[in-house]
Amino acid sequence: MGHEPIRSLELRGITKRFPGILACDHIDLSVGEYSVRALVGENGAGKTTLMNILMGLYQPDEGHILINGKEVRFRSPNDAFDHGIGMVHQHFMLVQNMTVVENVALGMKSAHLPFRLDLASVRKKIVEVSERHELPVNPDAMVWQLSVGEQQRVELVKTLCLGARFLILDEPTSALTPQETDELIALLSKMSGELSIVFISHKLHEVKALSDTVSILRRGRIVFEGRTENHSPSELAALMTGHEVELPRVDSTGLDRSGDRGLLSIRDLRVRGDRGNLALDGVTLEIAPGEIIGLAGVSGNGQRELAEALNGLRRPESGSINLDGVELAGSSASRIIAEGMGYIPEDRNTEGIVPSFSVRENLVLKDIGQRDWSRGGFLRLGAIAANAAGLRERFDIRCPSTDTAAGSLSGGNIQKVILARELARGPKALVAVYPTRGLDMGAEEFIHKQLLARRAEGVAILLISEELEEIMNLSDRVAVIYKGKILKVVPGRDATKRSLGLLMAGVSDE
Amino acid sequence: MNGGSFVLNILILGVPFSVALLLAGLGETINQRAGVFNLGCEGIMAMGAFVAFLPPYFLAGTSLAGSANLIGLALAMVVGTVLGLLFALVVVTFRAPQGIAGIGLQMLGWGIAGTLFRHYVGGVTGVPGIAPMPIPVLSKIPVLGQVLFNHNPLVYIAFLLVPVFWYILFKTPWGLKVRAVGTYPRAADSLGIRVARVRYQALALGGAMAGLAGAYLSLAQAKMFADDLVAGRGFIAVALVYFGRWHPVGVMLGALLFSLAQALQLSIQVAGIDFPYEFAVMLPYVLVIVVLALVRKARMVGPTELGKPFDREQRV
Repeated sequence: MGHEPIRSLELRGITKRFPGILACDHIDLSVGEYSVRALVGENGAGKTTLMNILMGLYQPDEGHILINGKEVRFRSPNDAFDHGIGMVHQHFMLVQNMTVVENVALGMKSAHLPFRLDLASVRKKIVEVSERHELPVNPDAMVWQLSVGEQQRVELVKTLCLGARFLILDEPTSALTPQETDELIALLSKMSGELSIVFISHKLHEVKALSDTVSILRRGRIVFEGRTENHSPSELAALMTGHEVELPRVDSTGLDRSGDRGLLSIRDLRVRGDRGNLALDGVTLEIAPGEIIGLAGVSGNGQRELAEALNGLRRPESGSINLDGVELAGSSASRIIAEGMGYIPEDRNTEGIVPSFSVRENLVLKDIGQRDWSRGGFLRLGAIAANAAGLRERFDIRCPSTDTAAGSLSGGNIQKVILARELARGPKALVAVYPTRGLDMGAEEFIHKQLLARRAEGVAILLISEELEEIMNLSDRVAVIYKGKILKVVPGRDATKRSLGLLMAGVSDE
Repeated sequence: MNGGSFVLNILILGVPFSVALLLAGLGETINQRAGVFNLGCEGIMAMGAFVAFLPPYFLAGTSLAGSANLIGLALAMVVGTVLGLLFALVVVTFRAPQGIAGIGLQMLGWGIAGTLFRHYVGGVTGVPGIAPMPIPVLSKIPVLGQVLFNHNPLVYIAFLLVPVFWYILFKTPWGLKVRAVGTYPRAADSLGIRVARVRYQALALGGAMAGLAGAYLSLAQAKMFADDLVAGRGFIAVALVYFGRWHPVGVMLGALLFSLAQALQLSIQVAGIDFPYEFAVMLPYVLVIVVLALVRKARMVGPTELGKPFDREQRV
C-alpha cells in the first residue's frame, strides 16, 4: 500500500506523559519480520499507550519510529495503515449498531467513492480474507448480535482487510472464554507464518504458547527482553511484577468446622432475577468465622442475585440471611452495611466506586455520615485525607494523588481502593464477587493475600468466582451453584478441576 | 362545513405547516447522528427567518426584486452554516456542554434577529413571499392534488430531501462516518477518521438546514417577520428527531403528525366548534410529549454517544 513491506520496525526512546503519569519512559523496542513478539506487563505498565503511539493515535513527547531503518512520523492511524500496521484494540473498535461490512468499510478508503459507498467491494474483500485465514464471519450481521468471540474475529478480519501485515493485538483474549482463547492462539500461530505480530498480554501461558520473543514493561520502562523459550512463566511473572510471585494457598488441614454455628448463615433463600424468574431457588450456606467458602459456577446461575440479596440490593422472596445473630433478609443496604457486611461487587467501575469522585472520597463513601468523617453537616477533610494516605500506603494503591478521580486509575488499583474501603471497616463477613477478574498477577496475588489475612482474623468470606484456580487456592470449602441451587459442597482439599467442572455443568453424581 | 371538507382542510393546512419542522429536523438528524444535539436550532431558525426576509424587504421595487427570495434563501443558509460552525467551535473544539451551549445559541440568534429587526425594520411588514407552484396535471387529481401538489416549491423540496438525507446517511461514505462518530467515536478515530472534522461538517449542514427552515417561515409560511415567528419550532424539531428514531422518514412522520395536530386545532377554532381553544392550542405539544413518553427506547438504534465530547487522549 504505497510503501515497501516492513522488514524491521524500531521504536527509539519513546516517551509519553499524561497528566500526573509517565506512561512510557524512553522505551526502545524492535520487531523483525514473521515473528511474534510478546509485550507483557501489569495493568498500567504502558503497553497500550506504546502501541497507540505506534498506530499514530497518540503523539510521543519524545522518541522516533523507524521502519526499515528510516524514520517515519505517524500523525494518524491512516499513516500506520499505509505502512501495513494494524491493531486489534483491547476494547473492540466496532460500532455496535452497524453491520460487519459497514464497520470494515469505515476504514477501507478505497470503498469511499465520491457519492456512493461501495459495500460490494468491501464484502468481497471480507469473504476473501475470512476464507484465506479461516476466520468465518457473517458480513451482514449487526455487530451487537455477535458474541464476544465473533466480534474478535470481525476485528481481526477488519484489520487484515485494511492491509495489515504487521499486527498488534492488545490483550486479545481478555474477554474470551477458555475455548475461544485456545482457538485464537492456534489461529494466530498459523498466521504468524506470513505476518509479524506484537502480542500484548499479561497471561503468561499464552505468551509462552505463542511468542518467539518477549519484552517486559514495568512502570513505563522495558525491564527485560529475551527469547520466550528460555524463560519459565514464573521467571517472567517475577520480572513483570518486580518480585517473586507466588499465589498464596489456604491451609485448612486439621480444621473441622462441621460443628460451628455459621457466622453468616443463609437459609433457604429464594430470590427473583430481573426477568421475574426464580434466580435463587432455596440456597442454604453456613459460613463459619475464619472460613472462606468458594462459590463456583458458570456466571449467570444466580451468583449476581445472591450477592445482591446478601447486600440488600435485591429483596429476597423468602428465606433467611443471618449475620452474627442478626436477621438481615430484606433489610436495607445501609442497615446491612452497619451490621458489618463487606462487599466487593462484580462491576468495580459502576458498583464499586463513583468514578468521578476522588480516591479519598471513595474510601469513606460507606461511612460518610459517621463522626469520624463528618460533623455538624461538614466534611472533616483533614481526617478524610489522612485516612486515604494511610490506606494508600497499606494497600499499595498506585495513584498520582488521593485527590485523583478514582475512575482514572487502572483496574487493579480501583480494586485496591474498593478492598481498602471494605476491609478498613473491619467487616464480620465479606462477599467478594469475581475479585480478580481482568487483573494482572501482581494485583491478584495482593488481593488473595488480603483475603487470607482477613480469614485468619475470623472474617466469614464468600468468594464468588469463575476461576477454578482461584477457588481451589483459597477456599476451605467449595460450593457449586447451578441454576439457582447449591448442587454440592465439598472440602477445598478434595476439589479437583475435573470434579468442579462437571458439577458446574450440572452433573451432580458421577 | 361538512366532515369531509373539514378533514381535507386539515390536510391542506397541515402539509405546508410541517415543512419548517421537517427541514430543521433533517438537519438536526444529521447533527445528532454525529453525536451532537443542537438546541440552538431555534436561534438559527430565527436568524434564518430574519436574514431571508431582508432582501425582499429592501430590494422591493429594484431590478433585483425578482431574485430577492432566492437571495434570501441563500443568505439564510449561509448564516445558518456560520452559526452551525460557531456551535461546533464551542462544543467540539472547546468541548462545552451541549445543552447549555445550545440554549446560549438559541438566545443569541433570537436576540440578534429581534434587535436588528427593530432597529432596521421596525414594525411588522409583509413581503410578497414565495408563490405557490401547482404541479401541472398532478395538482388536478381530486383531494390528493390539493393536499400534496398545490404548494410552494420549498414544500416539494423539503419532502424530496427526505430520501436524499436517507441516502446520505446510509449509502454514502460521509453518512457512514457521521453514524460512526456519533455512536463510537473511538472506533472511528482508530480507523483514521477525524471525529472533530466530521462533527464540524455535520453541524454546518445542520445549521444550513435550520437557516433554510427559518427562511421558509418568513418567506413562505408567514410572509413577514416578527420576533416570535419561530415560536418553539426549533425545540420541537429537536424532539422530533428523538421521536423519529434518528431516521429521516421517522422525522418526516413526526413533523406531519405535529403539523396535522396544529392544523386540527386551528380548524377547530375556525369552525367554531364548542371546545375550549386553550386546550386546542395545547394539543400538538401535549401530543409530542405523550408520544415521546410512549416511544420505547429502542435498543441499538440511535447515536449512543449523543451529547458527549470526544477526546482521544482521555483515558477510558
